[in-house]
Amino acid sequence: MDENIIETLSNQYIVVNLGIEQYGIDIKYVDNIVRMQKITRVPKAQKIFKGVINLRGEIIPVMSIRRKFGLEDDIYTDKTRIIILKPEQQEAIGILVDSVKEVVSLDEASIEKIHSDGKDEMNKYITSVGKNQGGLISLLNINGIIDVQN
Amino acid sequence: MDVSQYLEIFIDETSEHLQDLSQHLMVLEEEPENADTINEIFRAAHSLKGMAGTMGYKRMQHLTHIMENVFSEIRNGKMTVTSELVDILFDCLDALQAYLDNIQQTADEGTDDNEPIIARLNAFLESGNEAAGGEKSKTEQKKDNKKKTKALSPKFDEFEIDAMKEAFDKQMQVYKIDVLIDENCILKAARAFLVFKALEELGEVIKSNPSAQDIEDEKFEFEFCVIFVTQEELEKVQAAVENVSEIKNVDIIQIKEIPQNEVSTVSAKQEKTVKEEPKKEPAPAVSTAPVKAATASAAPAKASNTSAGKPSGKPVVSRSVRVDIEKLDVLMNLVSELIIAKNGLVSVSDNNEGTKTQGFNEQIEYLERVTTNLHESVMKVRMMPIETVTQKYPKMIRDLTKKLDKQMKLYITGEDTELDRTVIDEIGDPLMHLLRNSADHGLESADVRIQRGKDPVGNIYLNAYQEGNGVIIEVKDDGNGIDIERVRTKGIEKGTITPEQAEVMTDKDVIDLLFKPSFSTAKVVSDVSGRGVGLDVVKTKIEALGGDIDVDTKLGEGSCFRIRLPLTLAIIQALMVELGNEKYAISLETIQTIEDISIDDIKYVQSKEVIHLRGSVIPIIRLDSILDIEPVEKEENEDNNLTVVIISKGEKLAGLVVDRLIGQQEIVIKSLGKYISNSKIISGATILGDGEVALILDVNTLV
Repeated sequence: MDENIIETLSNQYIVVNLGIEQYGIDIKYVDNIVRMQKITRVPKAQKIFKGVINLRGEIIPVMSIRRKFGLEDDIYTDKTRIIILKPEQQEAIGILVDSVKEVVSLDEASIEKIHSDGKDEMNKYITSVGKNQGGLISLLNINGIIDVQN
Repeated sequence: MDVSQYLEIFIDETSEHLQDLSQHLMVLEEEPENADTINEIFRAAHSLKGMAGTMGYKRMQHLTHIMENVFSEIRNGKMTVTSELVDILFDCLDALQAYLDNIQQTADEGTDDNEPIIARLNAFLESGNEAAGGEKSKTEQKKDNKKKTKALSPKFDEFEIDAMKEAFDKQMQVYKIDVLIDENCILKAARAFLVFKALEELGEVIKSNPSAQDIEDEKFEFEFCVIFVTQEELEKVQAAVENVSEIKNVDIIQIKEIPQNEVSTVSAKQEKTVKEEPKKEPAPAVSTAPVKAATASAAPAKASNTSAGKPSGKPVVSRSVRVDIEKLDVLMNLVSELIIAKNGLVSVSDNNEGTKTQGFNEQIEYLERVTTNLHESVMKVRMMPIETVTQKYPKMIRDLTKKLDKQMKLYITGEDTELDRTVIDEIGDPLMHLLRNSADHGLESADVRIQRGKDPVGNIYLNAYQEGNGVIIEVKDDGNGIDIERVRTKGIEKGTITPEQAEVMTDKDVIDLLFKPSFSTAKVVSDVSGRGVGLDVVKTKIEALGGDIDVDTKLGEGSCFRIRLPLTLAIIQALMVELGNEKYAISLETIQTIEDISIDDIKYVQSKEVIHLRGSVIPIIRLDSILDIEPVEKEENEDNNLTVVIISKGEKLAGLVVDRLIGQQEIVIKSLGKYISNSKIISGATILGDGEVALILDVNTLV
């Protein structure tokens, strides 16, 4: 996938926590990080969507990564953040994370591709792993995440 | 020569002319003898040729030139209009359109010479001339004469004098017009051409100096002179010429006598207009020719000219401007924000009962009035008559007539009905689908129609009109109508419905099947329609525009597709309601009444809840269960009464049970975006005064 190549070249990632795991989001996709606010539920929407929020006059859908990954549902705390992603040529979308940890720089050498067998659903969402000071960060494939067709 | 600044104008005007041509050709086919139409066509073709030439589009110019020849033959009665000829001419229009499309995209006309079309046209020209026999030479002679008119010659030749004599005999006016073009004008040939064009609408230019050819090639200074024959008054001619922008000065002198050739060679310029610019160079010899001939009566006329001509020094300012639609969108968004801000103020004032003063309220009301008016004005700017899309349909139906070998006629009414620009842009294709459907599936072949005692020519109607806060567009035909039984069988065949379902389905439900994807009842897949994508796409598109579509049909008598579209897309008046802890907006348009109903009044029909209200049985819809709303302390609502909002969709009514009414509010519709796909119940969202998001219910999907 082309996106992966681009991802590996750029090197700043926002590290977020979801449960006990750390995930990295390429900073170039991130438009904004906002505190938890009231999410308006949208009836009959896909399960992975928590609803919509008002971000400076724009309606932004908010997706639960936990639901998408099949983890237990989000518990809102004062550390909960909504990360607003703005992928190229696409509408903005918000994803819920437990908390935002830091911004790290990863060079190509510290990123390892995951060889997928094509069966696991997660392979669509996580394509590589970054090593940072002994910790592992799963790097999210944004285009896979925002693909909400199924 | 840099013509790029004129490119946009060229594209706009060319498409207008093409549209004109297409329309008039349709008329011409019906009434081959209609002189007005022929003249209109000729003018449009001529203008096209001139514009293409000025812009340097040689191929386009060539094609229009030959077309013009054909029209000229028709105008002179040398050729008769046949359906075949009209076919070729329509092909020409298509070819011109192709050039134009190319130009629009690449600023270049492309490389297609369209030889076959030109060859066919030429063949027609020749055969037409041969048919006219001896008249051919006459035509040629006439052409020669025309050329002479244009040829640069220091004196009036015989033809011109003849033309003037003729004009005097016919009591027509002859004017000598001196035009001075603004020095800053880049494209003076184009301006000159516009002057000629304006004049040709009023009469005939019999002579110009420098010659028309030289003017076209820009071989002149900023001044030129024409001799012009017309029936119009001097003032009108003056106004027409002055209407062309970048014209500095126009002087018109009436000629009352036939100038002698000797006189015409006099080179001294004796007559000079009072208001002439000092820069104005001495007119070339020929322009002075009629000066002596001009009688004293020309003087007062001239005086009035110059006074009237004074403001013409500047280009006439147009009353309209072209605005990029994106700028309007920005403006619209700002208005939306303003309304949201205003709603915010309102909610602040509602919450802080203490700070509420009369003055504050008045100001809020004032702000409300202003925002409402502002919204309306911006909305109006975005409105366009539906004509812009319907124009192309007559030609399409004509093409279909040939293709399907069916006789049909299209009647369009209400073309001036206005819709939002975004709707106009989107509505073209769905309407085209429906018209094609009517032509292909709706109308029977002529034989069948005769058998059924109908006029062999099928009729298709496209009616547009405003109704309430929306616009209705009907596509109606007097054809076969929808064979409901066949749709039913087909539905079972295709597995869309089970035989059991089919039995209990109402006719209306069966017709709705037609709007399902890949469902076509046409026996043969034709080029025109019948691939089973049409109606499905139509419905999706119209719903995306916030409208809906339904069908009335009677087997053997025809069918009528009725599209209902909202007048405005962005801002609506809505009723805010509360369900559980959630707030929803219902468009005020769809609401009939709001009723307080005792639970005891709810009856059951086929185990569905209904109420009996003023003579009609209305089904009750429990919104909370449809929207999966978590029940909240229902104890409060223990008074056994339900608040029911009665909504309507066409004839059908339904009652929505809500927990609480909040009130009426002007809301700005925002899209939910493309990530969230739900069952269409939610048509969008809006931002309330306190910044909270409320969802907008599309009640049409509930009825």
